[in-house]
Amino acid sequence: MSEQGNLRDIKGPYFGEFGGRFVPESLIAALDQLEETYRQAQADPTFHYELAELHRTYTGRPSILTEVKRFAEHANGARVILKREDLNHTGSHKINNVLGQALLAKRMGKKRIIAETGAGQHGVASATAAALFGLECVVYMGEVDTKRQALNVARMQLLGAEVRPVTTGSKTLKDAINEALRDWVTNVDSTHYLLGTVAGPHPFPEMVRDFHSIIGIEARAQMLEEFGALPTALAACVGGGSNAIGLFHAFLDDQDVQIFGFEAAGEGMDTQKHAATLNFGKPGVLHGARSYMLQNEDGQTIESHSISAGLDYPGVGPEHSWLKDLGRAQYRGISDDEAMQALRLLSKTEGIIPAIETAHALAGVLKLGFELGSDATILVNLSGRGDKDMETAGKYFGLLGS
Amino acid sequence: MSKVEEVFARNKADGQDTLVGYFPAGFPNVEESIEACVAMCENGVDVLELGVPYSDPVMDGLVIQQATEVALENGFKLGQIFDIVEAISSRVSTPVLVMTYWNPVMQYGVRRFAEDLKEAGGEGLITPDLIVDEAGEWLKASDDLELDRVFLATPTSTQERVDALVAASRGFVYTVSTMGITGARADLDAKARSVVEKVRNSPVERFTAVGIGISTSEQVSEVNDYADGAIVGSVFVNAYKSAGLEGLIALTKSLSK
Repeated sequence: MSEQGNLRDIKGPYFGEFGGRFVPESLIAALDQLEETYRQAQADPTFHYELAELHRTYTGRPSILTEVKRFAEHANGARVILKREDLNHTGSHKINNVLGQALLAKRMGKKRIIAETGAGQHGVASATAAALFGLECVVYMGEVDTKRQALNVARMQLLGAEVRPVTTGSKTLKDAINEALRDWVTNVDSTHYLLGTVAGPHPFPEMVRDFHSIIGIEARAQMLEEFGALPTALAACVGGGSNAIGLFHAFLDDQDVQIFGFEAAGEGMDTQKHAATLNFGKPGVLHGARSYMLQNEDGQTIESHSISAGLDYPGVGPEHSWLKDLGRAQYRGISDDEAMQALRLLSKTEGIIPAIETAHALAGVLKLGFELGSDATILVNLSGRGDKDMETAGKYFGLLGS
Repeated sequence: MSKVEEVFARNKADGQDTLVGYFPAGFPNVEESIEACVAMCENGVDVLELGVPYSDPVMDGLVIQQATEVALENGFKLGQIFDIVEAISSRVSTPVLVMTYWNPVMQYGVRRFAEDLKEAGGEGLITPDLIVDEAGEWLKASDDLELDRVFLATPTSTQERVDALVAASRGFVYTVSTMGITGARADLDAKARSVVEKVRNSPVERFTAVGIGISTSEQVSEVNDYADGAIVGSVFVNAYKSAGLEGLIALTKSLSK
């Protein structure tokens, strides 16, 4: 990849042939303002200091590494190490990006933020930041997701945010983003769209990645310090792809570190009911960027399926599409059942209940151990905790009675 | 001068208002949408904006979203857009522009889409989520085939961006009147006037029509006082939904009187 230069240095708007700005003209001024504000912030030590202080005193960074030996026995005895983003305030990696963007909203003088959410993790993080910074917050959430993630809806409301259920289309994350974009087009002067993943128009994929790249930067240093070596492989779940790129980015130029993303295969890779965009999608334009997406021959988006609301998305961030085509990262599918079994396994063997999203990466690790061998060290992004999923898990395993 | 530009020029010379009318292709089904569009053209619409149903229409309000969802549920396939354009063009002389989100065109192939549109008798495309910066392939295909391309100018567009999109447009420039998505509004936003002003200040001269939020004949004539035409969408869909072809014809007549 020498002709590519350093993979870590790539900025938007394009990642190879992916990315760009396929949005209504109405949003260009806001995207330009956001990019300009972000560039200024990047060059401003005050911004970095403010964000670092928030992470130290509010998020609880750095997040720790936990080696999970009992879990690893089920992965052919390979070493398995978790990067504990579940221990962040609000319970997932999402807070990393939200605090960064909330600081930018403040710099832009915008008093209202809007966000989309699938599982509710980004919505909760956004509502949290809005409370902390005294901003008005509206969260768009597909009606299907408001039901399967009812606890997170209550959390957002308690934090002072308004949750607007979205009843159009598939009533999930994709449609929540459509509705947030409509709101933004209408209220662009007063409102910042706090997009929660590495998708969307430039500068979002680059900026959200940068805010999450702290995951990999910390983990890389912690691996060297605590384990004396870089891992053999990285593993993370991929919906839009924010926690995955956050872990991967610091390691992109470490040629010996293999990179694996795990998509939701829903009811199975041999069925139509999945959210395995990078495995079964084709390049197209969805929500402002060119990337792989699930679509039919007419370019109509195909509805995705996953037990995990956070991975139930027919698109993916453009940088992942680029990494896939370069061959730098491999993307594989994990079924609902494989994920749920991994969720239970980590809970029982280690006393850590992961989010269902995250459980896709753990199920992937169980397979990787056999593929890479018992000498391998696999670093997994434990992107979120599973408290929000107790109802789904309770029903799935028949723990709630009948 | 393109056929669409001739219509604007003729109306201007005659002191007549210009009405651009939107209707979704395939709503509620292919046959009825052809009849609806023909009726609009026969009763006073000067330029027809035929919408391609799309799964993720972020610039459309609820009325058009619901209509295009119906079209897709009733089996609309992208290739039928050319049949519909051809059927309308064979019955009326009104120029037909196709309004489409960009992904369907990308999947069909930009060049192939342009060729089939030309073949069917269409005049060009209105592209709500394609900015000039990303339009390289379409600029070339539309130049080669002499198709119109309508880009959107909005209240947040800088003069510099307006200059670029005016220069790249052909047919007319679509002035977005409010910062909202489509759907009838009680009052027209004064912002439209400032956008039209920017279009007029551009070094390249283009016609411009104002859309989004226009629903009454008063608004149509008000807009025609400072712009070259008015674009109306949602109320046509509402009229057809509530009162069928007759309601659509009555509305068209009232808007174009």
